[in-house]
Amino acid sequence: MRIGVFICHCGSNIEGTVDTAEVSRIARDYPEVAFATDTMYACSEPGQDGIIEAIGEHKLDGVVVASCTPRMHEATFRNTLERAGLNPYMFEMANIREHVSWIGKDREANTNKAADLVRMAVEKLRRNQPLIAKEFDINRRVLVIGGGVAGIQAALDCADAGLEVVMVERESTIGGKMAKLDKTFPTVDCSSCILGPRMVEIAQHPNITLYACSEVDGVSGYVGNFSVKIKKKARYVDWDKCTGCGECVEKCPSRKAPNTFDEKIGPGRAINIPFPQAIPKKATINAEYCIKLTKGKCGTCEKICPSNAIDFQQQDEIITEEVGAVVAATGYDLFDWTVYEEYGGGRYPDVITSLQYERLLSASGPTGGHVKRPSDGKEPKNVVFIQCVGSRDKSVGRPYCSGFCCMYTAKQAILTKDHIPDSTSYVFYMDIRAPGKLYDEFTRRAMEEYGAQYIRGRVAMVYPDGKGNMIVRGADTLMGRQVEVQADLVVLAVGVESAKNSPQLAEKLRISYDSYGFFMEGHPKLKPCETNTAGVYLAGACQGPKDIPASVAQGSAAASKVIGLFSKEKLKSDPQTANVDIKRCIGCGKCVLTCPFGAIKEVDFRGQPKAEVIETVCQGCGICSSTCPQGAIQLRHFTDNQILAEVEAICRF
Amino acid sequence: MYQELQRAPHTPSGLFTRAQNIPFAASRQQTPNRLPYAGMPSGDVMQVVNLTNSPDKTFMDRVMEESGQTISLCYQCGNCTASCPYTFGFDIPVSQVMRLLQTGQKETVLSSSSIWLCASCTSCTTRCPNNIDVAKVMDVLRHEARREGFVKERRVKAFFDSFLDSVRSHGRVFEMGLMVDYIRKTGRFWTDMELGPKMLPKGKLAFKPHNIQGRDAIARIFERFEKEGS
Repeated sequence: MRIGVFICHCGSNIEGTVDTAEVSRIARDYPEVAFATDTMYACSEPGQDGIIEAIGEHKLDGVVVASCTPRMHEATFRNTLERAGLNPYMFEMANIREHVSWIGKDREANTNKAADLVRMAVEKLRRNQPLIAKEFDINRRVLVIGGGVAGIQAALDCADAGLEVVMVERESTIGGKMAKLDKTFPTVDCSSCILGPRMVEIAQHPNITLYACSEVDGVSGYVGNFSVKIKKKARYVDWDKCTGCGECVEKCPSRKAPNTFDEKIGPGRAINIPFPQAIPKKATINAEYCIKLTKGKCGTCEKICPSNAIDFQQQDEIITEEVGAVVAATGYDLFDWTVYEEYGGGRYPDVITSLQYERLLSASGPTGGHVKRPSDGKEPKNVVFIQCVGSRDKSVGRPYCSGFCCMYTAKQAILTKDHIPDSTSYVFYMDIRAPGKLYDEFTRRAMEEYGAQYIRGRVAMVYPDGKGNMIVRGADTLMGRQVEVQADLVVLAVGVESAKNSPQLAEKLRISYDSYGFFMEGHPKLKPCETNTAGVYLAGACQGPKDIPASVAQGSAAASKVIGLFSKEKLKSDPQTANVDIKRCIGCGKCVLTCPFGAIKEVDFRGQPKAEVIETVCQGCGICSSTCPQGAIQLRHFTDNQILAEVEAICRF
Repeated sequence: MYQELQRAPHTPSGLFTRAQNIPFAASRQQTPNRLPYAGMPSGDVMQVVNLTNSPDKTFMDRVMEESGQTISLCYQCGNCTASCPYTFGFDIPVSQVMRLLQTGQKETVLSSSSIWLCASCTSCTTRCPNNIDVAKVMDVLRHEARREGFVKERRVKAFFDSFLDSVRSHGRVFEMGLMVDYIRKTGRFWTDMELGPKMLPKGKLAFKPHNIQGRDAIARIFERFEKEGS
């Protein structure tokens, strides 16, 4: 074999602390190395041309590039090799940037380590085999998980492009958090007026199948051919018959059930339709509070329902859908603000969350759009908004900024003035984060035109004054004083956290998530809606706190990625798959049990059981090869021999 | 003297009038148009703070090392000031003390009254969203002020000294001796006189000290501190 070695300077990224010329000089003495050089930017066009030229000139049949992480440029250089007429798998990469130059300053030690890493790559490359990718068919259907505004956007874009879409929504209606909002910033246009028609489109689109009140139970398969198990939760109402007339809701005697759509401030019923524009507009029974389901008597709804839709016998149901791509758009949940004991910890009825206040402002909310405080129904005159409750607060484990609270608080201050002209809003803030288009102008308007009092400082405590109001004690750091406000109502801008059970869903989808449960994008800048799992895309706040415009943009972006994926005739499978040496296999079946993808099946070979790998299903994780007691199942491109050769290369002394 | 402190309302709204209720602060000049800080230990003029030359790096490092707190964690939210029950008596609110530390304004910080009027109640520490032990920082600043000769509130210092002397000699506080020593140091003869008749019948004010067993061990702690600490 004739191997060429290219040591990249990466500008000064590597050259700054690694003597690349010296590394290439050392590499010339490695076995089968026919050519070695250093290069300014191996990934640049002249850099790649240099590699192609060297392949021709020195008749190379394998290439090692020592540069950055393979995550960054492995695909780039494999393409380079292909252009030069070599098999793309006759390539190895040594990561001397992230693993060497960026982490150490000792030039001599770095140079030695870089040389060692190159030696490992050369030793592995000597044992590489040319691999050829197989092609397979795509199932051109897409699963969208979550029916909030991001999921709706992704689903509609895909459906309009002619793809079949399956949408799964956990709640009994789609619309997500946006459906709960009264108005939206910075235009103060009605939330349900702009979202409602899109929700209706989801229901009416011939290409979209909607499963509300359902959750993803399990996902198997791989890009182009996922198989998804969807759990349709028992709702105790036959939705085919239910007309959404709402008579059952009116008559239901169980009035202690939490009204989750109204953020628990409105009256609840055990049987409920979330709101007038709900899609689907169907009743659902909360089994925990239903008198019939808990105590066996009542059944009022059953008697009253004009279409006989009530079905107390209904059970959870599992359905399987086959899709080719998945868009996760599961959104966010609010931080549990009751840990803030100094703000009452949930004990004071007039200390509410911003989403609850949104319901109080909304015409479809429990007060019909008249702002009445929960304790005594009085119209509040002094409303205090406290920012960063569960954001930018290390002491409660939420150091990140939730991003959009500054903006919705400005909106709520404006709406408060609109609803109650003789009211004053006080906003305790730390910094105003308003970087979007027309955003800063909007917060200025809240102050200048609507007279919102902005006070720079946190609030230390909220306590009742004994006369039915609250005292809010905070600081005005610009004055350098303590300040107090007598408040009729306190609204907490509660921070964003990842949706409940996000990590569990991430594990089902085999995508990564960060320490707060937000899903990880493929690259923070260049792959904002991809994940590291092929065929799984992200949209909206499940990836991190996002406002409506950003969620919609990411929904469309995810859709365009799906459409791009499905525009290919066939997909190429990664040939780095497991492979069974049939002579060595004893048919013990351990690999069949351990494979997380179901990619290994047992076959009969002349009367003997043997393992066989389904190449298009295998993801190349390597669990089977470490399980096999015989060493009979080997991962192509990462065989035991190759890995041992690498170990030998660094353990020479 | 604590009696007087307790008489101050729990949630004060007036900033300056209440301050006069504090015996320690009584000697301070109360100017309604208080100009808080920023390179103006004396005089009424807001001077420009030269951020190139004025930060005292060694002072900043020492405060951070002794308190074990990272001052740069403070993002000036003001929760310490908001929760501080003594802000009404402070000349510099505690959040601004933290800011002055971030900019290394040693003289301004050490010559403030605030660091002496701090009651070490640790409300600031409890509320800090960045888990900074602000009360600990204030404590370190009092030590620094002693070392550097900046003690603004002499009477508070005198009280601390008398208290510690009493513990040193008796292994615990001898209240009567402490009061006598404090009055001797400050000349404030009538301080808390009216408390005497109330405390005496309850046995809260003994004429003779009750020494603890092993008070020499307590004294050795003081000796060791003087030798190794400070």
